[in-house]
Amino acid sequence: MSDDMIHHGDSHQEYVTVMIGPQLFGLPISRVQDVFMPDTITRVPLASQEIAGVLNLRGRIVTAVDMRRRLSLPQVEGKAHRHAVGVEQAGEAYGLIIDSVGEVLNLAVDRLEPNPVNLDRRWASVSAGVYRLDGQLLVILDIDRVLAFGEEAAAA
Amino acid sequence: MDDLLREFLTETAESLDVIDIELVKFEQDPNNAKILDNIFRLVHTIKGTCGFLGLPRLESIAHAAETLMGKFRDGKPVTSEAVSVVLTSIDRIKEILGQLEQLEHEPEGEDRGIIAELERMSAIADALPKVDRNAPVAEPAEQAVERPLRPGEVSLDELERAFRETPSEAVVSAAPEQSTERTLRPGEVSLDELERAFRETSVESVVVAKPQPPEAKPVPAAAAKVEAEAKPAPAPAAAAPPAAAKAKPAGDVGGGDAEDVSIKNQSIRVNVDTLEHLMTMVSELVLTRNQLLEISRRNENNDFKVPLQRLSNVTGELQEGVMKTRMQPIGNAWQKLPRIIRDLSRDLDKKIELDMSGADTELDRQVLELIKDPLTHMVRNSADHGLETVQERRAAGKSEVGTIKLSAYHQGGHIMIEIADDGRGLNVAAIKRKAVSNGLVTESEAEKLSEAQIHRFIFAPGFSTAAQITNVSGRGVGMDVVKTNIDQIGGTIDLRSTPGKGAVFTIKIPLTLAIVSALIVESAGDRFAIPQLAVIELVRASTNGEHRIERIKDTPVLRLRNKLLPLISLQSLLGIEAEKPTADGEGFVVVTQVGNRNFGIVVDGVFHTEEIVVKPMSKKLRNIGMFSGNTILGDGSVIMIVDPNGIASAFGAAGESDEDEDVADRARAVENDSVAFLVFHAGGNHPKAVPLSLVTRLEDIDVASIEHANNSSLVQYRGTLMPLVYVNDEVERRSSGAQPILVFSDGTRSMGLVVDEIVDIVEDRMAIEISSQTRGIVGTSVIKGKATEILDVGHYLPLVFDDWFLSQDQATPAAKRLLFVDDSPFFRNMLTPVLKAAGYEVEAYSSAREALAVVKTGHHGFDVIVSDVEMPDMNGFEFAEACRGEEQLRRVPIIALASGSSPAAIERGRIAGFHDYVAKFDRQGLIAALKETASHLEAA
Repeated sequence: MSDDMIHHGDSHQEYVTVMIGPQLFGLPISRVQDVFMPDTITRVPLASQEIAGVLNLRGRIVTAVDMRRRLSLPQVEGKAHRHAVGVEQAGEAYGLIIDSVGEVLNLAVDRLEPNPVNLDRRWASVSAGVYRLDGQLLVILDIDRVLAFGEEAAAA
Repeated sequence: MDDLLREFLTETAESLDVIDIELVKFEQDPNNAKILDNIFRLVHTIKGTCGFLGLPRLESIAHAAETLMGKFRDGKPVTSEAVSVVLTSIDRIKEILGQLEQLEHEPEGEDRGIIAELERMSAIADALPKVDRNAPVAEPAEQAVERPLRPGEVSLDELERAFRETPSEAVVSAAPEQSTERTLRPGEVSLDELERAFRETSVESVVVAKPQPPEAKPVPAAAAKVEAEAKPAPAPAAAAPPAAAKAKPAGDVGGGDAEDVSIKNQSIRVNVDTLEHLMTMVSELVLTRNQLLEISRRNENNDFKVPLQRLSNVTGELQEGVMKTRMQPIGNAWQKLPRIIRDLSRDLDKKIELDMSGADTELDRQVLELIKDPLTHMVRNSADHGLETVQERRAAGKSEVGTIKLSAYHQGGHIMIEIADDGRGLNVAAIKRKAVSNGLVTESEAEKLSEAQIHRFIFAPGFSTAAQITNVSGRGVGMDVVKTNIDQIGGTIDLRSTPGKGAVFTIKIPLTLAIVSALIVESAGDRFAIPQLAVIELVRASTNGEHRIERIKDTPVLRLRNKLLPLISLQSLLGIEAEKPTADGEGFVVVTQVGNRNFGIVVDGVFHTEEIVVKPMSKKLRNIGMFSGNTILGDGSVIMIVDPNGIASAFGAAGESDEDEDVADRARAVENDSVAFLVFHAGGNHPKAVPLSLVTRLEDIDVASIEHANNSSLVQYRGTLMPLVYVNDEVERRSSGAQPILVFSDGTRSMGLVVDEIVDIVEDRMAIEISSQTRGIVGTSVIKGKATEILDVGHYLPLVFDDWFLSQDQATPAAKRLLFVDDSPFFRNMLTPVLKAAGYEVEAYSSAREALAVVKTGHHGFDVIVSDVEMPDMNGFEFAEACRGEEQLRRVPIIALASGSSPAAIERGRIAGFHDYVAKFDRQGLIAALKETASHLEAA
């Protein structure tokens, strides 16, 4: 049994990994409510561009955030197989629309490295750091910062 | 917080509210022993419970109040002063309760002053002779008769007396576990405690009753009966000998108590949060049910059909049931008013009667909470500002007592609340002064405002005309707060005021906020909900149907019952694009009303109306003013709820007048001179305008189709040749493309006025600032902040038809002489040609006095008089009356021109002597009216 598999209180953190575009991202599992396949998303006219719309998740209205838009990634045609990660902030439910969901990783907190200084501004503003995994990098998303776009829009 | 304490707080708060009301009633009807009993009982219960819970401050105040009330019960006269002191002590109790709720223990404080006051009153009462109030205490025999009627109530007091007389040890020995409390305050606390004890244990009650033989002989027997019934009540112990002999008290009382208990059991206290949660869950259930139904509909012949139908019905009933639990009578919001009015009438030295009707009208508790304060404020206002003092009322020849009428009733899914007073009405001059000093309007602007417009200033923030800040009103919390609160719940407030007669405020609010009826519409492939509240009607528009969407430049409009309705497309408003664009001009127009303004929202399709559960929007979406919330439809999809207020403000420039418009004031339509203008460019630097109502149609014509014959331009239009006139020489003669024209029609003939560009339709007040020397221009007016030349249509009409006037003359060979009175130069200029065109010889005057002077001096021999109604100095009604007084004018018909035609105004006109009443812009109507009076005269 490697150390990674054992939960060491504060020293380790579990992440739900997701693919958005070509990149692997990690979301702290403590903030993830559920993962679901968004059914029909109702677009909301005049909303900020990151907002994909609103949807009904088991009787609750969830605001869907298009993570590709949030990260300035190109849109894909045919969103049929897209997934959503349900998170909550200040009592409101959000669904982060991502491409696909991967495994859950348990990673040591001290292995988290700060964002490279030349990281894209927009990405840097939502990223809490980077893990070097075998063969690829895992960018950790700070959910509160990911959801901190409405204010910008309102101020603009 | 301790459960017991919480229950005490809620219960006591309710009791205190009742006491407030009852005391006010009692003061007016001091001989009503029943009211007194009720108050006494409530105060007594409060005192008892306070003692039980260990709240000495409250207890001592309640005790002193009870003592004073006891004096009243003993037949001492009730003075207004004494009632005031009791009310003050009730206020103090409320205050302590408020702190108690926060601190969870009784706050420190000093109540000696108020207690001393109460005691002083008691002493005064002692010194006074008794009055006959049929008080039960005074006549023991009657008490016995009364007791079977209200056994549960009276017996308590009686019991208290019995206990006071009974040595405390007896009780102590009977119930040892309660002894500590009881020895401390034997006479007082034991009662309530005992009552509770009685209810709980039957054995003990008998034990308690037993040690009393010396005082109440038949008690053992009564107690035995009670035991047999296994329903012990405190009453048997109280059963005094005569009562026992007369009316089988044990049995009756026991029964009475059971009834009492069962009434209590019929209602329980439920935490509001629990209800809210229940409501949410039911909403979810409704949505799930709808989803299931949808699925079932798609799969024919499945086994679920029948049970699903059942589920559906049950869900529906459940929803209704839960909704009902949220409904509360509006009277709950009024409870405090009698007390407030009573205090006010003393403070202000006015005699005020509060007349409340419709208190049982129910509405959602959420709405109720929100209107409570506004209502209270408005009633205060009516009492303070509205009603006059006794002297003033007497001087004005009114009855001394001013009335404030509060009524509530249902009207089409809304609750209407009216607050009417018969006071002095709003002080227009004071409001105007204040509005000017507050910088809301300039002095010159204020002069032009109608009374109704001035009234509306009271809704402006920080507006109070009360010269001094009184205890009652004028504390800066004004009508603006009232209006804001009412706006918040989607309601409207309306105001009518008649000087010297009083003011009426009408509030219209929706029944509930949680579930609203909404129209589900489609725009660009998406569905939206529009709250039914704002929707007036639905019009189907098509290019060849009855209703057609027309465009003025790029502004779409719809002709609806002789009015132009500005339109806005939901699609363009929301910036959404359809995958396949719908045919232009096809669609539905949702005619919407916000405040007093009507407009049409153009949508592609309309589905149905649905009861939707309004859910608040995410914070991320709240900055979008176009939506007020979102909801989940029966098919499970989420849709946005359109906010009509947001749309109204999106009408751009028109939004400036928003504040005026918001206050729905029907009177405004009558009194306001606001006119819709069609603004266009036609050479020159200044934009030009004509009243929209004069324009029949707007067309873009292909210049290639313009034909020139006999020095004039013509175009084939609707099967006839229509002459075209260029507004002036500067209007561009285009050689290709299209040129906009305004079509004016009169009867069968039409004329096209060629312009450069149509700019806009705006609504503004008509005020010619500079009259013009140029032919064809009436003068210059400021429209939406721009100097705009108003076109004289009358100038152009004869240019194309030389016989435009003449032809009419042929029909009426001897031109009739017409006297035309109107203070507005615009109307004089506009209507004179029209009247001339109709074959009249017109003499126009700008004031009624001038006209009257003319008709008085000589024999002008007018055949008919047309007069404006609203004129300064001497108005149309007075003018008509004056004409009636003139010998030579008595038989001359008079036609009134008014900007509005309410039945009341028409009636007034008829009495004043007008033959007919025509709307100002209704030219056809005026001509018809003239013809009719003419033929009428000939026949006569």
